[in-house]
This record gives sequence, structure tokens and C-alpha cells, in this order.
Amino acid sequence: MHFFRKTMWRICSVVLCVGSVIACSSGRQIPDNVLQVGNGAEVQELDPHVVSGVSEHRILSALFEGLTDYAPETLEPVPAVAKSWDLSPDQLTYTFHLREDAEWSNGDPVTAHDFAYGWHRILSPAMGSEYAYLLYCLQNARAYHEGDITDFDKVGVRVLDDHTLEVVLEHPTPYFLTMHNHYAWFPVHQATIEAHGAMDTRGTRWTRPGNLVGNGPFVLTAWRPNEVISVRRNPHYWDAEAVRLEGIDFHPIDNHQTEERSFRSGLLHITSTIPLHRVDVYRQERPEVLNLQPYYGTYFYRLNVTRPPFDDQRVRKAFALAVNRQELADHVLTGDEQAATHFVPPGVGYEPIHRVTFDVEKARALLAEAGYPDGDGLPRVEILYNTSEAHRTIAEAIQHMWREYLNVDARLFNQDWKVYLSSMNNLDYHVARSGWIGDIADPINFLECFQTGLGNNRTGWSSPEFDALIEAAYNERDADKRLQYMQQAEALLLDGGPIIPIYFYTWIFLKAPELHGLTPNILGYIRWKDLYLEGE
Amino acid sequence: MALFVLKRFAEFVPVLFMIITITFFLVRLAPGGPFDAERRVSPEVLRNLEAHYRMDQPLYRQYLEYLSGVVRFDLGPSFQKPAHTVREWILLRLPVSLELGAYALLFALLVGLGAGILAALRPNSLLDHSAMTTAMIGICIPAFVLGPLLALIFALWLDWLPVAGWATPAHKILPAITLGAGYAAYIARMTRGGMLEALSQDFVRTARAKGLREAQVVLRHGLRAGIQPVVAFLGPATAGLMTGSFVVETIFQVPGLGREFVESAFNRDYTMITGAVLVYAVLVMTLNLASDIMLGWLDPTIRTR
Repeated sequence: MHFFRKTMWRICSVVLCVGSVIACSSGRQIPDNVLQVGNGAEVQELDPHVVSGVSEHRILSALFEGLTDYAPETLEPVPAVAKSWDLSPDQLTYTFHLREDAEWSNGDPVTAHDFAYGWHRILSPAMGSEYAYLLYCLQNARAYHEGDITDFDKVGVRVLDDHTLEVVLEHPTPYFLTMHNHYAWFPVHQATIEAHGAMDTRGTRWTRPGNLVGNGPFVLTAWRPNEVISVRRNPHYWDAEAVRLEGIDFHPIDNHQTEERSFRSGLLHITSTIPLHRVDVYRQERPEVLNLQPYYGTYFYRLNVTRPPFDDQRVRKAFALAVNRQELADHVLTGDEQAATHFVPPGVGYEPIHRVTFDVEKARALLAEAGYPDGDGLPRVEILYNTSEAHRTIAEAIQHMWREYLNVDARLFNQDWKVYLSSMNNLDYHVARSGWIGDIADPINFLECFQTGLGNNRTGWSSPEFDALIEAAYNERDADKRLQYMQQAEALLLDGGPIIPIYFYTWIFLKAPELHGLTPNILGYIRWKDLYLEGE
Repeated sequence: MALFVLKRFAEFVPVLFMIITITFFLVRLAPGGPFDAERRVSPEVLRNLEAHYRMDQPLYRQYLEYLSGVVRFDLGPSFQKPAHTVREWILLRLPVSLELGAYALLFALLVGLGAGILAALRPNSLLDHSAMTTAMIGICIPAFVLGPLLALIFALWLDWLPVAGWATPAHKILPAITLGAGYAAYIARMTRGGMLEALSQDFVRTARAKGLREAQVVLRHGLRAGIQPVVAFLGPATAGLMTGSFVVETIFQVPGLGREFVESAFNRDYTMITGAVLVYAVLVMTLNLASDIMLGWLDPTIRTR
């Protein structure tokens, strides 16, 4: 036994020694003045014309810059690569004057050609770019993207000289200038792209560190998939003096709990979100780091109008009226979400003219009128949602409300994400959980989804009147009239249309006290060059 | 022996072929495709994407092309993350999972064998009962409970170790312990059982009668016979540790293949799923073969058979 005691002692001391060496060498130091960002899912790509997500947007807006940007405080367009612009009286032609001192991260000048090249690239059919449709406001862009015309010269982009770009629009687009901080509009460096493949080839090596040439405030220095993406100051950026951070490390942490623990242990300055059950804990214990901001997105239920009972407008109306949104917002949702009585989120100077209220009497009357008094004889109703705790909780609450107020027994049905998407696309559902987050700060981005036959409609709903109003809004030059068309269209959508709005999203995240310069806004946009670290 | 190993390797080929074939068609049968997204892509975009990934070809042709790619170690581009090819992803991620698995195995062996031997030396003592109770708890606590618990204690409260990541040796301790704990417990119980049986055998009595030191009796004679069940368990265990690290990789933000594999299945990233399945299949078969060879080396009776 003596032998074992001695051996155990030896093992213990070795473990202790190794342990202390490791503990001392543990790489916990964060480089000075480098922002540590929790960035959600790993990015698909860093090619602005291939990607389609929010985590990609965060990184790309540090690496590239469009013609204009918007001020996070006001969401008004401000000059970026373009120092000024003119709009023709018919509101169809923009002339952009580019700053002469804008440079790519390799020192080449950023010219009007780079923008035209980028737009040509994203609209090239072979790119298969999901966000190409954002450029459809350019004259003939849609026809070119869909292959109806093959001559890019016919698309409304003309390079007048190295620093002047003329853009001709298909129809007046009041939000045109606010779109340019979306990656779909970013310029790309032609020589870099073509050094690694053809213009319209996906997945070449041009986006690797060392290859990627950008024109944003930061330049890519490291990309270790699922580990970190690092960017550092770009000395060639025209406004480099205003950039106060040395760099940013983007950490792809898709597990919310892990991200929150990383924040707590000081590894992150800002998180992408926060586990919902921790919101109350932070509210009570560390309110100074908790941020709850209204966000430009709507959580709603889609109704399949091609199947009974939702082929009857009265039934759709009844189900929408029997949802007590306020109760849901007060007792079920934890992040200060606002009850949604309409579809387009508030906050960009838009007021709805029609709201869906909570009215049990009216709901019951409508249901009876449709031939289902007290819910009798109503075909089976299922609520479909993609597998998630949060969606289930909300579906249960709504199931309860419909049982209580309409005497309808809805069944809950969850599916894995891709299966759920496929069910929605094939109209193989009764009621389906849905969400929409605005790409651009304009109501049209929400409303246009529900035009007849469009891919994002996913309800089978079709209203010629609605389509005509959207078309009228597209072509209207007068801002007030345009707004009215959209209000009327939204009213149609809400009055027995294919959706039940439930709540407006909030942008929930944690922010360390030493991080300054971030102005929360409804679009969740972070302008990296404004941020700085100070104190603590 | 060499013939035996060669024969086993030859068996790999048809098995792998079957696995690739089944996976290839099965993932394509699952509802939903790689390009389904919350924002639905237009039919034109979809057509171009499918053409880019050659999904516009008839299925048998895609299959043949995939097979000929596999022979050349070309596993195609990733559908979901086009910046890297599947081979690049696997070469980047697999070493991390293997490293994590190796540390976890090391931990499981050190703790499991140590606890098992100690318990077997004094059966039914306090030491034995406490070691075996701990082992039972280790088997019962799943990684998704143990991981956050360890992170809470050692990273957030004590601040000894980092809470997540994979950059330094310190980052690797908590994931390795979380992943290895369950296996350590199994090994402890197996070692105890095997040792108890071995120590009551005649050859151990002979060894004692020869006047050998107790340590030599236990470690040289008892252990060699006693750990045979552990060695047999080692093949599947190693495979399990190296392929089953999804939960631990998620909890501790470890950039391994396990996470990639599960995510690719959710994303219908056809090439990535098939590539990962292929790699895992090779890994499992190789490890099982290694475990068979080691058993033969430990036990002469198996060798002659």
C-alpha cells in the first residue's frame, strides 16, 4: 500500500504543476483596443454578393463601404464613398460624385467603375445571388438578372468619369439612398476578384485573409472558421483618422448560453443576443449592460388560404381577433416586445390606418357567421412552427386563447427548420409561425412580400386590389400619396388577409460599460468606426 | 497478422461504398433543400444555384460524379458555406475533434484506470464505494449539464480557466473533462470488475508465491488480464469520443467537426453531410480494427484464433 500512496502523491504533484503552468499561460488577455464581438452563427462567406445573413452584414460593413451610409441616430443617409449627389426633378436619375481620396486597402483608388462592376457582378445570373433583387430598382436590372436581356449596358448604371456615377431608376425610389449600406450595393475590387476566378464564380479564394481587398474602415487579417474573424484598421481608408478602434474580433458563437457566459467572463464586449431566461436576471442585477431596443421586424402567423377553414375570410378574421396580444407581450414575452396590432413595425415615419384589435364578441360572431357557431364543425387546425422553445411557448399561449375564446382546439406541430420551410413553400400547413425583418427602412419591404404569386407570400393569398396598391406605391413620386397607398394595402392585408400579427421584435443584447459610441437604432445597425473602448 | 490487417482493410472498401451510397440518396430524400431560406430565393436564382452545384443534372449522374470525386479525395464545395470546400472544412475541423477526443480519452483512462484499480484493491471499502458512486454519477450526468456546471465553477466563479474557445492549452481542459467524464466512469467500473476477477486467478497467486512485490503483482500480472474488457471497449469508446463531441463543442465553442456535422444536417448541406459521414465511417472502422489488434497482442488465445 505504501507504493500506491507514494504513486498517488507523485501523480497529484505532477497534475498540480502542469495545471499551474497551464493556468498561468491561459490566453485570456484581450489585445489592447480591439473590440470583441459575439457574432452569432459562423458566416457563409465574406463575399458581399454571395451572403445573405445578419452576421455577415456585421463583418462586411467593417470591410466595405457603399456610396452612402446612414447615421445610426437619425437613419438619414450621409455621405460615404460618394461625397455628394444630385437627383433629377423626375426623381429617376441620381448623379453621385465620389470622393477622390477613397482608396482600396491595397492603395488603389476607389472609382465609379468599381461600383458599376460590383452591381454588374451581383446581377449576373450565374452568381445566383439571393439579394440581387434589392437592385431591381435600377432600370432593367430585373430583366438582366432574369436573363431577359444580356447586355449590361442597358442597365441603369453609367460611369461618367472615374469619380462620377449616374444611376437611372426603374421607378421613383424614396429609400434609394438608405439602401447603400447593405452589402448587395458594395463595390468590389475587380483585379482581386479576377485574380482568383471569373467575375461571376462563387466560392473562389478572393475572400481569404491576405487576398481580400476592401474599402471599409477595417481590413481582414484572420479567418479561422468557427473560431474567429479578425479585422484591423485600414490605413488606406479615407476617414481613417476617425476610426478609434485598433481592430475587431468577431467570434462566431451560435449557442446563446455560451455567448452569455463568455460575456460574463469578460471575453466579449458586445453579444449578438441573450438567452431569454436571463433577461430578468440582468434586468435586476446588471441593468447597465442590458440593452432592449425596438427592432424593425414582425413576428406573425401565416394562414394558408388555400385550405379550409382559412379559405374563408371571416374565419381568418375571427382567429386574428381572438389573439390577446397585450397579454402575450405582458406575460409570455420577456424582452419588452411590443404587441403588434398591425404588420409594418413602427419607427420609420409610418402610421397604420387599420389595426387588428382583440375582440372576442366580434370573433365569435364572425365564426358563427361562417357556419361554425361556437367552433362547431370547424375542420382540424394545426399551428406549425420550427422547433424552438420560444416558438412553442407562444404557440401554446395562442392555442390556449383560441380554445378559451373560440372553443377551437388547435394542435401544435413542430418541424425542423428546413422541413418547416418546405412545408410553408408547398402550402402544406394551416397556421405557420413566421417572421420578417426589414432589409431596408421602408414599409414597402414588408408589404411587397404579399403580392400575388411571390415567393415570400407563402399563403396562397391573392388580392388584385392589394397588388394594384403596391404597384401604385412603386410608381408614386409624391411621398404622402405613396404612404397612403401603402397604408391602404396594409389595411387590406390585415382585414381578413392571410396574416395574424403578434409582436414586434426587440434587439436584445449585452454591452460592456467600457464600450462607447454605439447608438442603438431600429435597424440594429452598428457603425463600427464610431465605437471606442474607454475605462474599466 | 499482416494478412489479417490487410484483409480487414480490404473489407473497408465495400462498406464505405455502401455508406456513401446510402447517405448520398438519403440526404436528398429528406424534405427541404440546401437553398430553402426564410427569404425565399426567386426561381431564376434557384435555377442558377442548382446549375452551379450541378443539381440540374439527373441524380444518377450527380452520384457518379460524386463517387469519382471521392476517389480523388475531392468532396465537392460546401453548399452552405461556399468559401471553403468540404475537404478544406474537414481538414480544418477534424484535427480539432481528434485532439479533443484524445485529451478526453487520456483523462478517461487516467481517472478511470486509477479509480478502478484503487477500488479493486480494497473491495467494499469506503474508497471503493466512493469511487464507484462517483463513477455512477459520472455516467448519469449528461454533458450538457456537466459542461455548463464546470464552466460556471471553474471559469466564472473561480476564474481559473477560460469559459469557451480553443486557443490555448487552458481552453482544452474543461471540454476534455466534460467529454471524458462519462467514459472515465465506465472505464473505472470495468477496470474494477476485470481486476477483481484477475486478482482471484491462479496466476496471481503464483506471482505472489514467487515473492514479487505487491505493486508488480497488481500492475504487471493483475492489470494485464484485468484491463482486457477496457481494451475491447477502447475502440468504440475512442470512436465515440472523436465523433460524439457535438454537445461539448457547442457548449465550449470548440471549432470541431462534430458541430459542423450536425449543422450541415440541419442545413441540408448535402456534400458536407456525406463528407463528414465518410470521414467518421473511416475513423470508426480504423479504431475498431486497432482495438482488435491490441486485444490480440494482450491475449495470446485471441491471436491464435
